[in-house]
Amino acid sequence: MGYLQIKGVSKTLGRIHTLDNISLSVNQYESVVILGPSGCGKSTLLNIVAGLISPDQGQILIDGEDWTGRTGRVSYMQQKDLLLPSRTILDNVAIPLILKGTPKKQARQIAQQHLTEFGLSDFSSYYPRQLSGGMRQRAALFRTYLFARDILLLDEPFAALDAITRRRMHLWLKDLQSRYRWSILFVTHDIEEALIMADRILVLSARPARILQEFAVPEQPDITTHQSIKKNILQLLEPEEDDTSVYRGNSSQL
Amino acid sequence: MKRPTNTAEQLAPFVSIAGLLLIWEGAVRIFQVPQFILPAPSQVISAGYHIRNLLLYHTGVTLGEALGGLLLAIAIAFLMALLLHNINWLYGMIYPLLILSQTIPLVILAILLPLWLGWGIAPKIVIVVLVCFFPIVINLLNGLDEVDPDQLSLFHSMGASPLATFFMVKMPAALPAFFTGIRISATYSLMAAVISEWVGAQRGLGYFMTIKQKAFAIDEVLAAVLVICLLSYLLVKCTDGLEYWLVPWNRPNLPEEEWN
Repeated sequence: MGYLQIKGVSKTLGRIHTLDNISLSVNQYESVVILGPSGCGKSTLLNIVAGLISPDQGQILIDGEDWTGRTGRVSYMQQKDLLLPSRTILDNVAIPLILKGTPKKQARQIAQQHLTEFGLSDFSSYYPRQLSGGMRQRAALFRTYLFARDILLLDEPFAALDAITRRRMHLWLKDLQSRYRWSILFVTHDIEEALIMADRILVLSARPARILQEFAVPEQPDITTHQSIKKNILQLLEPEEDDTSVYRGNSSQL
Repeated sequence: MKRPTNTAEQLAPFVSIAGLLLIWEGAVRIFQVPQFILPAPSQVISAGYHIRNLLLYHTGVTLGEALGGLLLAIAIAFLMALLLHNINWLYGMIYPLLILSQTIPLVILAILLPLWLGWGIAPKIVIVVLVCFFPIVINLLNGLDEVDPDQLSLFHSMGASPLATFFMVKMPAALPAFFTGIRISATYSLMAAVISEWVGAQRGLGYFMTIKQKAFAIDEVLAAVLVICLLSYLLVKCTDGLEYWLVPWNRPNLPEEEWN
């Protein structure tokens, strides 16, 4: 399974109105990308879906069940790999299994089985410090996968990588998704990344974030479709990125 | 911590120590300083060799107090840091007391404690513990506080219990700081034991030195100092070894990922 619904979620953090009535759904095996300007509340939305913070209004439904404000159902990966420096790659990725009560030896065995597919078989006994950023993100994704195998929340997971490595990670992630049939909610401010990763792109406004428009991305977009979607998104975002409008948007909150 | 990587760097500390001893030896000989004012290192060493059995006996006593106190301090500091880190109001209550405990002049304690605790080993251990637990608590508390909050929220999102988070995330992350504290305390422990023996002891290097100093046997006093320096250094090295063994992920010689 892996059907995620976000229903009418609003959130004010401190005195800043961050999310304004956000509703969206991620169907099974679908990859939905949320695209928005920096600081628009994308990460707050993922934190709410993960159950780390509760929304002021609205609900999070997963396979029809209410998971609002509860952690432990979906897996969540951030820009930082957040691997434990004290554990080898194998022991790091096995953590979610151990937290669920799987005996250590068995957890390692399960992790070991998938190491090759995640491109980590040569590095299982390395400590995170010994690996490059790309390899560490692979391990982080692997750990994310071992936590919940149907719904993945990815918060700019490759933003800290160089362009070439990022490109390789996109292709690799696409390949894994088609094999494992994940439902993915992916957050980014990079239009190119959105176009590569998405079945659907939802464009958010600056704070308070609302969904401005939805774009469907065809499986293999030809150059013209690609260009036209990109152009439409840019047009949508540009007035919002204008300095005066950002100040105007904030002045009502302050 | 930075560790020597080639032979030149490995030899460096021996060169500096040998150099210092040579300057000392040379200066005493050139200026013909009388032995009861400042003996040369060679005289100190030969005096120490002469009384080696006596020295060994008193060293054993002091080392026992220092190690006993240090181990007790590590245990107390560990428990205290766990409590203070997890219970905020306790932190507010205890932290000022911790600082105050370090402001009491040790010499006065060395005089007063025997009045309260008797003339046995107890007052000595108390002084060593008092000196040694503080750097460990402070460093361990810092280490526990420095864990990345995102790391903690990741564990929270995976449904980890606070206890599991503590042992899987916080404790390993704080281990290097813990060892920094132990390293500092290890250097203090022998010195603290010696101070504790300054008054009201019948054995130990502190007692030995007060007796010899009154007899103007400066060479034998310095021989005891030499022993204290050497042992303190060894204690620190033992701590380093323990850290190397227990914190394998921080070893300086780990290989990097090879490009493929």
